[in-house]
Amino acid sequence: MKLTLKIWRQANASDKGALKTYELDGVSQDMSFLEMLDLLNEQLLHNDEEPVAFDSDCREGICGMCSLMINGEAHGPEVTTTCQLHMRSFKDGDTITIEPWRAASFPIVKDLIVDRSAFDRIIQNGGYISANTGSAPEANSVPAPRDKAMRAFNTATCIGCGACVAACPNGSASLFLGAKITHLGELPQGQPERYSRVQSMIGQHDAEGFGGCTNIGECAAACPKEIPLDVISQLNKDLRKSMILG
Amino acid sequence: MAAGTHYLPGLTPTNEAPVQKSDDAAGYYVLGDKLVDPKTPTGPIAERWTTRKFENRLVNPANRRKLDIIIVGTGLAGGAAAATLGEAGYNVKSFCYQDSPRRAHSIAAQGGINASKNYKSDGDSDYRLFYDTVKGGDYRSRESNVYRLAEVSTNIIDQCVAQGVPFAREYGGLLDNRSFGGVQVSRTFYARGQTGQQLLLGAYQAMERQVAAGTVEQFTRHEMLDVIIVDGRARGIVARNMVTGEIETHLADAVVLATGGYGNVFYLSTNAMGSNVMAAWRAHRKGAYMANPCYTQIHPTCIPVTGAHQSKLTLMSESLRNDGRIWVPKKAEDCTKDPRDIPEEDRDYFLERIYPAFGNLVPRDIASRAAKYMCDEGRGVGPEVEETQPDGTVKKFRRGVYLDLGAAIERLGKDKIEEKYDNLLDMYERITGENPYEVPMRIYPAVHYVMGGLWVDYELQTSITGLFCAGEANFSDHGANRLGASALMQGLADGYFVLPNTITDYLADGPFEKIDESHPAVVEALEGVQSRVEKLMSINGERSVESIHKELGQIMWEYCGMDRREEGLKTAIGLIRELKKEFWTNVKVLGSADSLNQDLEKANRVADFIELGELMCIDALNRRESCGGHFRGESQTEEGEALRHDDEFAYVAAWEFGGEDGAPILHKEDLIYTAIEMKQRSYK
Repeated sequence: MKLTLKIWRQANASDKGALKTYELDGVSQDMSFLEMLDLLNEQLLHNDEEPVAFDSDCREGICGMCSLMINGEAHGPEVTTTCQLHMRSFKDGDTITIEPWRAASFPIVKDLIVDRSAFDRIIQNGGYISANTGSAPEANSVPAPRDKAMRAFNTATCIGCGACVAACPNGSASLFLGAKITHLGELPQGQPERYSRVQSMIGQHDAEGFGGCTNIGECAAACPKEIPLDVISQLNKDLRKSMILG
Repeated sequence: MAAGTHYLPGLTPTNEAPVQKSDDAAGYYVLGDKLVDPKTPTGPIAERWTTRKFENRLVNPANRRKLDIIIVGTGLAGGAAAATLGEAGYNVKSFCYQDSPRRAHSIAAQGGINASKNYKSDGDSDYRLFYDTVKGGDYRSRESNVYRLAEVSTNIIDQCVAQGVPFAREYGGLLDNRSFGGVQVSRTFYARGQTGQQLLLGAYQAMERQVAAGTVEQFTRHEMLDVIIVDGRARGIVARNMVTGEIETHLADAVVLATGGYGNVFYLSTNAMGSNVMAAWRAHRKGAYMANPCYTQIHPTCIPVTGAHQSKLTLMSESLRNDGRIWVPKKAEDCTKDPRDIPEEDRDYFLERIYPAFGNLVPRDIASRAAKYMCDEGRGVGPEVEETQPDGTVKKFRRGVYLDLGAAIERLGKDKIEEKYDNLLDMYERITGENPYEVPMRIYPAVHYVMGGLWVDYELQTSITGLFCAGEANFSDHGANRLGASALMQGLADGYFVLPNTITDYLADGPFEKIDESHPAVVEALEGVQSRVEKLMSINGERSVESIHKELGQIMWEYCGMDRREEGLKTAIGLIRELKKEFWTNVKVLGSADSLNQDLEKANRVADFIELGELMCIDALNRRESCGGHFRGESQTEEGEALRHDDEFAYVAAWEFGGEDGAPILHKEDLIYTAIEMKQRSYK
């Protein structure tokens, strides 16, 4: 099939950037979205034009490296990552607009690549259980109720891609935050630091310039791993309790 | 006393040192000295690691903060090592090419992690895990290393649970296990089909905690381009800041490479797009030996290639073979039909036919080869893909076989199958656009893991003093074939428990003499990297890096893939040498070197893949036997099974770089067993 692509081109962080239009022929339904961009880049290189920079690594939907706003939707029209989106979701003659994540806390590095290091800094501020190597008790000495362990797992599947932030009108990372708070807070091992964790992670979230949550729900709708919105309720609940506990 | 048996006082070797008679690779290599001392401790196998930990010198806590360690790579091995050494109080500098340490490719591992906890009370033990791993590796691994791996496996599970890794649990709240990879016990811990992700996030969070504590400094979007050696010791690295393009030098007292495997030498593999061999290869060129580079694991159940646009392959967990029946049409003319219209009597369930005892559950390499032969015969299914033949002509093949869940759905019901494989079947449908509940799935083998890697001694030190190597990047524990759920075990064993206990003995001699960026060795390494980058930017030829990488991949897959033969390997070496010339005279990289430039990144990686590819072919050519993932067509039983030649090849092939135009130098490390006896496997 033949497509018209409108792609955000920006040479570096300080460049102004603009959408540029490209025509691309020879796209097959079986290609992944990123393979379609590979094809475009091969064509650009042939025409002595610098290829479009975009992030991807595992290309199987788990590393969280790929991003892209596709026609205004984070990761495009399906509930999956951009790397798992295939061209059969589009049709011949379509015009596709491709932009980077748009969020003040994710500054653009080049073209479609953004800087998500704010997520690492949130994890640095309490997104862990303190257990030095070698200090762990026997694994089965602390049973964890199965339903709680399942909920911990379901929220631990967050891939840190940032789609929630990109989709949120407020640029909030509450879903990312709530997922980690719920993962660690559901497990017995996570209890000792539960309430200090929520305060310090939220503190860093706000310091990074992410917005507040106003319960719009775009984040959960865009999440390729279907992290449920109720992790934000958990986040708020733990925050309230932490304030009472002082 | 035979070479390599110095650590065996009082123990009886179960095999003789090998003596190689064939010499297929004559003219392609130079024979060097034997490696006689991999620093293995003495004594009975179960006591060796304890002995070594006691004998090793320690570093006083007050001195640790004076010692700098560079760790390249943030997967299970690198992330775990950074966290652990940071906790111990060393100054760690951690590097990764991704935008966050959390994205390292360990994250994609699906199945699980083995540990000899014996929670099922089914007769598991450290010895049994050791035995299964050595046997599974087709007796080409070092027994002391494997025993140690089994011994620390249980500590890994304890550690991960304490970090909050959400493993699957039973109703009583205790940990669940499943069986995996054809062993007779249930020892695999898992987190649905995302075990690698959960373990990696555990290591990542532990590492980020140390970043906050100030013991670990992380450098993301940085790629190592060389190792700096001063007075015979690894003292730092040259890395490119992938955002600014700046070439930087970083100095330390020791350097650890935990940079993963090199499966992308085949272009198509289940590895991440960025997975590469550069760090290991740069070290190899500076003196680190590369061991058993030809040992490649090809996984039988991946989603087939759909066309020339294909950029990577996706694994479908092997567990599907428990319920799926694998077949191709008996008649080539049926290959384009809808498989549901092909009657039972026209289907060839080839694994069940050839291997009646194990059927669809034969080991990975056997299942893979059988699928290839069916497609070579013209009975493959799915889209036709063009393949360039050695004479330059292009032929079309269908590269796929059916994995049919139909019978299992009938027997167990759709619900049961959905519950078991839900995520997996969704992913299949997303990629192929076909519903696996209705249409038989199509699968084909793909490169998945490499057992070869940098040679390390028992302490995980390479042949460069002060340069250590952990995880898939080293060669040490899997022999010629890795068992399912053992990669995660080895990565974390190295990172949490082995390296932090062995590197101390080296660091006890430090801190080493202070050096700064003006040191001649540092300047030389930096300038070497700068001139290579300038060269890549200035060739300005006709071909994209991608097209050259694809061509390399086709050569490797055709001649150094599932069925390797003398003539084909020699052809491949010739083709690779030509491709190397083509690359350095005709590659095209646009943009500038002093900004983010993904083509330049790829060019650096592909240049090294080409050199590695040649060495892999030479290694495969020399090893005229079939073992594990290495199948030489000339060495098979009458039934077409892999045939080892222990009397000739029970050794580790450690290759030394022979100079820019020189032949590589082969150092053999004999494998002498005392705790296990070698046997030939059979799956008929």
